Amino acid sequence: MPTAVNTATYAAVPIGTVPTTLTINGETRTRAIEPWTTLLDLLREGEDLIGTKKGCDHGQCGACTVLIDERRINSCLKLAVTLDGADITTIEGLGQPGDLHPLQSAFCNHDAFQCGYCTPGQICSAQGLINEGKAKTRDEVRELMSGNLCRCGAYSNIVDAVLDVIGEQA
Amino acid sequence: MATAAKIGIGSAINRVDGVEKVTGTARYAAEHPVENLLYGYIVEAAIAKGRIVSIDEEAARAVPGVVEVITHLNRPHVAWTDHSYQDELKIPGSPFRPLYDDRIQFSQQPIALVMAETFEAARYAASLVEVAYEAEAHNTDFEVAVGEKYVPKKKRSGYMAPKDRGDAAQAFADAPLKVSGDYRLPPEHHNPMEMFGSTVEWHDDGSITVHDKTQGSQVVQGYLASVFGFSKKKVRVLNPYVGGAFGSGLRPQHQVFLAVLAAKMLERSVRVTMTRNQMFSHAYRPQAIQSIALGAETTGKLTAIRNEATTSTSRYEDNMENVVTWGLMNYDCPNADAEYTVAQVDTATSADMRAPGAATGMTLFEIAIDEMAYEAKVDPLEFRLINYSPIDAMNGTPYTSKALREAFQEGAEAFGWSKRSAEARSMRDGKELVGWGCATGMWDAQFSKTSASAKLTANGHLEVACATSDIGTGSYTVMTLVAADTLGLPPEQITAKLGDSDLPTAPVEGGSWGAASSGAAVQLACQAVGKKLLKAAGKIAGAPLGEATIDDVLFEDGCIVLKDAPTVRVPFGDAMRAADLTQIEEEETAAPGFGDMWKGMHKSKNTHSAIFAEVKVDEELGVIRVTRIVDAVAAGRIINPKTARSQILGGVVMGMGMALHEETFPDHRLGRWMNHNFGEYHVPVHADIHDIQVIFVDEPDPEVTPLGVKGLGEIGIVGTAAAIANAIYHATGKRVRSLPITIDKILD
Ligand code: FES
Ligand code: FES
Repeated sequence: MPTAVNTATYAAVPIGTVPTTLTINGETRTRAIEPWTTLLDLLREGEDLIGTKKGCDHGQCGACTVLIDERRINSCLKLAVTLDGADITTIEGLGQPGDLHPLQSAFCNHDAFQCGYCTPGQICSAQGLINEGKAKTRDEVRELMSGNLCRCGAYSNIVDAVLDVIGEQA
Repeated sequence: MATAAKIGIGSAINRVDGVEKVTGTARYAAEHPVENLLYGYIVEAAIAKGRIVSIDEEAARAVPGVVEVITHLNRPHVAWTDHSYQDELKIPGSPFRPLYDDRIQFSQQPIALVMAETFEAARYAASLVEVAYEAEAHNTDFEVAVGEKYVPKKKRSGYMAPKDRGDAAQAFADAPLKVSGDYRLPPEHHNPMEMFGSTVEWHDDGSITVHDKTQGSQVVQGYLASVFGFSKKKVRVLNPYVGGAFGSGLRPQHQVFLAVLAAKMLERSVRVTMTRNQMFSHAYRPQAIQSIALGAETTGKLTAIRNEATTSTSRYEDNMENVVTWGLMNYDCPNADAEYTVAQVDTATSADMRAPGAATGMTLFEIAIDEMAYEAKVDPLEFRLINYSPIDAMNGTPYTSKALREAFQEGAEAFGWSKRSAEARSMRDGKELVGWGCATGMWDAQFSKTSASAKLTANGHLEVACATSDIGTGSYTVMTLVAADTLGLPPEQITAKLGDSDLPTAPVEGGSWGAASSGAAVQLACQAVGKKLLKAAGKIAGAPLGEATIDDVLFEDGCIVLKDAPTVRVPFGDAMRAADLTQIEEEETAAPGFGDMWKGMHKSKNTHSAIFAEVKVDEELGVIRVTRIVDAVAAGRIINPKTARSQILGGVVMGMGMALHEETFPDHRLGRWMNHNFGEYHVPVHADIHDIQVIFVDEPDPEVTPLGVKGLGEIGIVGTAAAIANAIYHATGKRVRSLPITIDKILD
């Protein structure tokens, strides 16, 4: 686990905090969280889990996608204090260098990214899609991944990668 | 000894920085953990032109956690000459200086920076800053501004003035077939997924380490040094990962200025990130109007080209692009003239965006070419071949190479172009109209002086380094492959380092010169290491390599091998031990003219592409789907076919955005962009992307650059939107001369 660097600073601001118990990548902890902090900012600034990206902060790009209780969600649209008891998985929880998740390997093999900024969100979203069990065909994957923008235009490679993993699990 | 297939130039390996990217361990500019960090949030001007009368910060300062509100009134000293703010692009004019004085030059101009202990406190407090303005009349309407278009006196470096030939006016007047019209491109914003951000680490000795989103660490280093009066030694800029840029990071952007300003003033570490909304406050692709008139014989032979374009710039700088030259270079036609002008609007200065100039000028020109092909009743592909110019028709110079004919051939075959029926509205698939269109793409093959170092340690590990950037372009992988190729080491034993102003000098990453230039520099540095290795091997008892010179050996599997007697192999480690070396480090510079490049000195250097598009149009709803693209690219030697293909895919996807989606809308009353978010500025999404096939045409070219590489970052976008627009015409019989082609224009 990366070390948390800014939690202390967060707690120091006297606007009031709410004790909130979150399980993040398997680790359960109760944190004092300010009500105006989104899950995305908590992860990035408070927990140093920077794999979750901020592309818009408005629920319009999908870069911040994480899994909450196995469902994909835009973490920029969730205030962290509303998630008491939730089980959150970020890209860091899916796999790590040396121990890649099948989606992470497939993304590497299909060159399913260029700059890599949308990538953790794409991968978490793809895992959510697989959990939903709805997408089987290329058209369905394309349609149901459309909340995740990729300005580098790696879309066709992303779909190839996702289909690979869906195929393996089918 | 059997050796594994050598991995080197031409090997389709996975991106070497891939694991960091898929695991979220790659840290981008705003993601570096720093103790005791302050957050800055930008306050933007609400008017387009005028001055600030007063700023009421009281409420903002009262927010717990807020430590400062920085404005032009209390900022520390910064440089005042234009020269101090000039960057590598050297755009003529007076560069924007954030928080300099009370003047407002464009809406969304940064006018204050709220500093707080948390991002949330800074953001909230920024909303409480009250600003009173004295507004002046502004104009953001480009269609009005073109009334005062002009040719800038001082030209931007890299600008190529068009050269007229023959008598185009007369030839057009005499031409049996004529096409003419005005073609338009709206403003577009780059919108890389990563928002502009900077983390500045303030050190006790007054030096700073800056993690910045930029395409050039050394550009930002130079800028910060000259603007803030740092010695260069005290400024280190890092950008090892950049979440896309597409040209928006060529110039230092204002968040890095603001972050360093705050760090200097407060003597603390600082992070400033733009919001997506604020991403619209700076760089954008200039709006353009291009008037094209073509004359031809009834056979389809072009007799006249008249090409005039105006693009938008700000009031304070003359941003210029090469817009009108492409068609004049590409087509064989005895009479041609062109004129390029700019027009000022009250926005931030427009900027280079992926294939600046060509993505606009060549694309719009290729729509006009399509119109002429129909006028002449010649197949659009055939029309391009009838008017094919093997030489640069504007400058009269040969190309170092131009395999566009082959690109047309291979692309057409892969697409099935021969099955196209000529008439518009003649192809259908159920209730959808089907259209097939084609276009030509063109870009410059550039090369820029670049240095690199190579360091080999006795354990067989090689590190190559260069201050270039990898903005998703694959530079890490290119450097690794070139090093592997040169010294015969497997990629796993090579580390490529980039994105650090401390590394050997490299230009800003852009214009597609990165791979050719940093690749050549890495090759030179590795060759120098190779020479040292051979010399070291001479110290081995018994001299197994004898009197061998560098031309007598090759490097393979970590060994020096005699070409004539491949069983004689000296491991690098043995050679280094014999010479008592723990490491060999060399730095080299690749400059233009080097290698066989001198032969190409007076030739034109360009990449070309042939793009074929299929669209399906629902006639009742006007919905357009791009169901197939084939892009055949002639771009010299391909270093890594895998990442190269991705670069073209990315360009094609952005070209689809240009064709169908992308447009930034100003509200002229407010002088402000209105759709400054991803909900309303539309870019292609997964559902828009169907089948895209990329073909690389064989095009050996030792004269263009030392490695024969031409670069791929831009060519994918050029002409793509034209192929789609032309396919839409073929499907619907509707000619749309202004991009993007949205539903309303189809139903109109
Ligand atoms: S950052 Fe959450 S959707 Fe864009
Ligand atoms: S890889 Fe750059 S945005 Fe998707």
